[in-house]
Formats: sequence, C-alpha cells, structure tokens
Amino acid sequence: MGLLDRRLLFVTGKGGVGKTTVSAALARCAVAGGKRVLVCQADGVGSLAAAFDVPPVGFDPVEIEPGLHLMAMDTEASLREYLKLHLRLPLGGRLGPLASVFDFVAGAAPGVKEILSVGKIAYEVRERHFDLVVVDAPASGHVISQLAAPQGIRELVKVGLIRNETEWMGDLLADPEVTAVLLVATPEEMPVTETLELLGRIRSETEVSVAAIVVNRVLPELFNRREGALFDRLAEPGDWQDELVRLNGDAVHPVLEAAALATRLRRSRASHLARLREAAPDVAQIYLPFLFARPHGTRAVQLLADALAAELD
Amino acid sequence: MATARPHRATPRGTDARLDQLVAASDVVLTCGAGGVGKTSVAAALAATAAVQLDAKVLVLTVDPAKRLATAMGLSGFGNTETVVGRDAFAAVGAQPRGELWAAMLDTRASWDELVGRHAPDELTRDAILANPLYRNLISTFVQSHDYIAMERLHEIHASGRYDLVVVDTPPSRHAIDLLDAPARMADFFASRLLRWLIAPYRSRLANLASKPFQAVADRLLGASFLADIAEFFLLFQSMYDGFVERAKSVEQTLRDPTTSFLVVTTLEAGPVQEAMFFCDELERRGLRLGALVCNRTLPPGLGDPAARRLADHWQRHPEAAAATLSPVADHGPPAAGSDAGPDRQDRDRQDVDRQDVDPQDRDRLAQVFTTMGQSFIDYAMLAAREAELAARLAPLAERRAVVPQLDHDIADLGHLLELGRALWPT
Repeated sequence: MGLLDRRLLFVTGKGGVGKTTVSAALARCAVAGGKRVLVCQADGVGSLAAAFDVPPVGFDPVEIEPGLHLMAMDTEASLREYLKLHLRLPLGGRLGPLASVFDFVAGAAPGVKEILSVGKIAYEVRERHFDLVVVDAPASGHVISQLAAPQGIRELVKVGLIRNETEWMGDLLADPEVTAVLLVATPEEMPVTETLELLGRIRSETEVSVAAIVVNRVLPELFNRREGALFDRLAEPGDWQDELVRLNGDAVHPVLEAAALATRLRRSRASHLARLREAAPDVAQIYLPFLFARPHGTRAVQLLADALAAELD
Repeated sequence: MATARPHRATPRGTDARLDQLVAASDVVLTCGAGGVGKTSVAAALAATAAVQLDAKVLVLTVDPAKRLATAMGLSGFGNTETVVGRDAFAAVGAQPRGELWAAMLDTRASWDELVGRHAPDELTRDAILANPLYRNLISTFVQSHDYIAMERLHEIHASGRYDLVVVDTPPSRHAIDLLDAPARMADFFASRLLRWLIAPYRSRLANLASKPFQAVADRLLGASFLADIAEFFLLFQSMYDGFVERAKSVEQTLRDPTTSFLVVTTLEAGPVQEAMFFCDELERRGLRLGALVCNRTLPPGLGDPAARRLADHWQRHPEAAAATLSPVADHGPPAAGSDAGPDRQDRDRQDVDRQDVDPQDRDRLAQVFTTMGQSFIDYAMLAAREAELAARLAPLAERRAVVPQLDHDIADLGHLLELGRALWPT
C-alpha cells in the first residue's frame, strides 16, 4: 500500500536530520493529493510552524491552508480534554494547582505523559477528523516510549480509565494498514548507526510497523567513472593542471579543491548509504536531495515535497 | 573540593588557543545540539591533551556506539574508567606525555551506584533496586540522564584522580536542561508534591490539599498503581536529604572556576541557534564559556572571489575551458560510445585505469568543467551561509576554534589527534 494511504505516520530519527522538514513535506504531498491532513508537533517546542512560515500553533488544530492543519502537543491540555470528555469534571480554563501535581505524577509514573500524547493523536485518527495525521515525533529513544506507551501502561496499570483506553490505542498503533513509522536519516556515520539501532528497537519494543527510511540530504554524484578519471588528471599536479593555472591563475586551486572535497564527501556518504541498505534490506528507502539553496521555510519544504512526490510515484 | 593534584606542565612554545583553556581548567564540558560532533570533539580534546600535557586526562562520554572505543583501541569500555594503551598511541606515531583514560556513562549503573551510596541500609537499597517502577522511573525521571552525568562528573572531580576531565554531555532536548538538572533534582526531592502523593499512605490523616488530586488520580490510574508509586517513594524518602545535599554540591562543581564549557556547533541554522542560546544562558548564570568550537566548516577557498568568477565561467562556457587543454590532449581518435549505463562504465573502467585518459572526448571534459563550476557555486553558497552564521557567533566567545570538515570518519586515534590539531594547533 502507498505510504500516504495510511492514516497515521510517525516521523522520527536522530536529532538534526531534518524530521520537521520531512514531516512538513510529507503533509504537503498528502494535501496535494487531496487529503485532509493534520501535522502534530509531538514535543511542543520544535520548529514545525516555522517550516510553514506561520506563527506558532497550540493544542487546538489550526487550518493554515485548505486541508492542512497544524497543532502542537501539550500533555496538560490533552489531559484536560480527556477529563472533560470522560469524567465531566468541572475544570476551568486551566488545571490550576492540579497541573503541577499532574506534572509530578506524569514525570514519576512511566508512560503517563506518553499515553496522553499518543492518546490525543490516536483519538484524532479514530474519530476520522482527518484523512492523515503526520506526527513530527520526538527523536530516537523518546519515540519508543511514546509508541510503546499503551503496552507499558497495560503492564503497570491494572485498573482505571487510562488502562481501559490502552486497548483500542494499542490496536490502532499495531495495525500496519493504519499506522507506520518513518525513520529519517542522513547518509552519515552516526545517523545511519542510530537509525539502525532505532529500527531494531522499534521492532523489538513496539508493535508499530516501519514503512520506510527517508534518507535526507543525499549529495549529488559529481562524476561518472570516465569523467572521474578526467577530473583526477585535472586535480593532480601535472601538465593539465599547469596549463589551467597558466591560463587562469591560482583561482584554479580552490575550484579544484572544492570539487575534490565534494567528491570525497559524496563517496564517504555513499558508503554509509550502502551500509544502511545492507543492514535493512527489507525496508523501503526514500532519497531526498541535499538542498544547497537556503534550506528555510516553505521553499525548502516545497522542494522536498516535490522530491518526495517523485520518489513515491 | 578536589584534593591536591600534581602540577601540570604546559609545553613551551605552543601557539595556544584551546590549550590555554585546558591548562586553566580541571573540567571541560562539551555541549551543543545533537549531531554536531560533540563526542568526537570531547575525545579529540582529551587525546590531544594527553599527548601534549604531562597530565592524567579522562574523557567521560555518552557515545552510545562502540565507535569511540574502537577508535581509541579499546575493545569497549563501560562505567569503569579504562586507560588507553600507549601502544594505541604508538600505532599512530604519537608519544603521549600524559595518560588518557576513558569511561562511558551508563545511566542505569550510575543510578544503581547512587542508590547504593545514599540508601540508609542494604534492605532499603535492595527494595528500591527490586522495585518494578525503579527502572522505568530512572529513564523518565526529571532529566535523569543529565543529572547522572553531572553527578558522575562531581564524583570524579571530587576524587582528584585526574588533572583534567572532559565530559561529553548527553544530548538534551535543550542543552540548558543540563544546567538545570541539579537544581531540579533538588527541587524534586524537596517537593511538597512528593509529600502529597505519599501522605495517604504514610498517615491516616490524609492531607486535605492532596484530596482532589487523589480522587482524579485514582479514577485515571487506579488506586493500586498509585499505591505502588507511593511505596516506591516511601522507600526513596530515606534518601531525600542525601540527594538534595548532593545535588547542591553537583551544582557547585559546575560553578567552580576551574570548570568551563565548550560549546560545539556546526555552522547550520538550528545548531547555531542552540549554541547562541546556550552561550547566553551560561552568561546569565555566571558560568564560564571556555570556547566556542565551529565544527565541520567548509574550506575558506570557497569564499575566494576570483575562484568564484572562474567557476561561473567554467559552468557557463565549459567547451571553451575544455578547449584550452587541447594542446596537451591532442592524440588519438575519440572513444567509441559515451557513458552508457553502469555496466558499460564497469567494463570501461579497466581501460581507463590502464591507459592514459582518452583526451579526445571533449564533451566529457566539458561536462567535467560544468560540474566543477556548478559544484563550486553550490558549495560557495553553503560557505557564504556558514560565514554569516560565524559572524553572528563571533561576539559570543573570545576563544573560538574552527575545525574543518573532515572527509573521512573518525576511525582511529590518529583521526582524533588530527581533529585535535585543528582544535589545538601546535
């Protein structure tokens, strides 16, 4: 099935690999395909709104353009909404002193914050308020505790309302037709290593399926082999290089050096890509190009959305 | 705080930048956004210090991969400090004047040790370690990773076992959490909330204030779960005072004048923002910013205007550029066919390797000039952005180190020392 035919996609990966931009690009693709999409910033502090060039959003989804909605997770607001729906507690605008107590329990009791976060997301999916919910999820590690929250709570909490909720949430997360994780990586040493670790942990510690690895910032190939041989002859001291310097002066060196650096970087990254493919042969890989242009805001998102659309085609 | 330590000799004639920092510090903490190379910078600094100074140096890392251990010639290292063999240095032609030690921060093991140290008796300790909530708690606790890193640092520093300790800090969602961790830990254990939670289980006089909370929590989580938590905290209670006091001393270590912070960043928008925020916070708190490290920077030649003009020219008129080489490239007929698929290239490759490059293929050579020109223009754009960001960072730190983008991974001690030379030119 197509990636965008699912209803809930968690986008995660090591910090700094471009999760937010990829989440935004993914949402753009889906909206372009006519879907009603909600993008949720899971840790509440990131730069999702900036990626769309809109002011920061809160817990209530905001439609920033037709079909495209944004929200930022806020576990306290999630609890308030939940209490309102289920306990009919007469709570005012804020939880007041309860909030700090809640903060404490959520900090101490494992999985409570996570279940409130993932619970709100799952609720939006279950109620079919949107065709697709894209979660700009926390980085490696933190995402595991979110995805595994329903299982964890089931093991620790034997009774109570929260326990009851874990059943349907767990089912929704475990259904590969509904929910999947996208791992974002860059073709560098540590991001690839951590992506493979994360893949292993998601498979062993959660019931959620992994749909694909999005490899972001793939450098372009400069030369094919024959061109490479010609370039080597230019880049090494010798008759050709002497001739270039004689005609163009010392400006030749930075240009040759830049091309040599670009070639070596590309080669080193290609080896990490190969390692990723080898270690995870059963996971689809989607390549997105390195953007040399100013990688900010909506333009970068649109460029990546176009690249993504071409890859998903 | 630390006991008497041996005098540290600074080698004479060092054109120093970071070595001044290191010579004046007992503790250096590397901080920065995730993925900027903190771990490598920390290890490189420690390895270089061990080579150049007559000092016993420890690098305390959180690197989850075995990579760093392998690079230092260790088969692996854990919570216990391990010395890096002189043979590992000898293998890359280095003769350390001091010693390099390494330890990996294992959050779980460190917490277990901490509980062992603070528990009033073995019974309480075992009960806590056996509590099913304990493991979950230390992984979700108020920044337990940050805190335990600081705690471990404090313990090592106070022991006076090392002349220099370089700490690679855990990747915080926000670097600043690290600085707040000791204070938060103290607050946490002193918190009234904790008492609220435990109150109904400790005495029959249920605290009035905790009642509404208990009512909601019971319905949400079930009373038995709350009882489990309360039992755990009752056990923990015996250690509160010890923890609070300890957290305060840990904070003192961060404030010590011989402690300094090394803010590491790449010249990319996100990491730079994080670095600027961190520098501001250090200043606000009166903590010492030792130096700012700009890691993985592009070569300065990319800002050369003459090179840029040449790149533009090559990119626009590649045939003309290729034609200039014709005097040296004028023998033999053009190669049959051009760059067909990869198979074709593979078959061609041996010919290419064995014979001289086919010089007649001007189209191909022109393509090389186009690509070189375009590639320079692309990378110059990145370099210009780096320069902008570097200019914004400049006023933040007196000492800065600029580390070039390496085109290989850090695979051995030699690579760490190479990185160290950029940090610490000799």
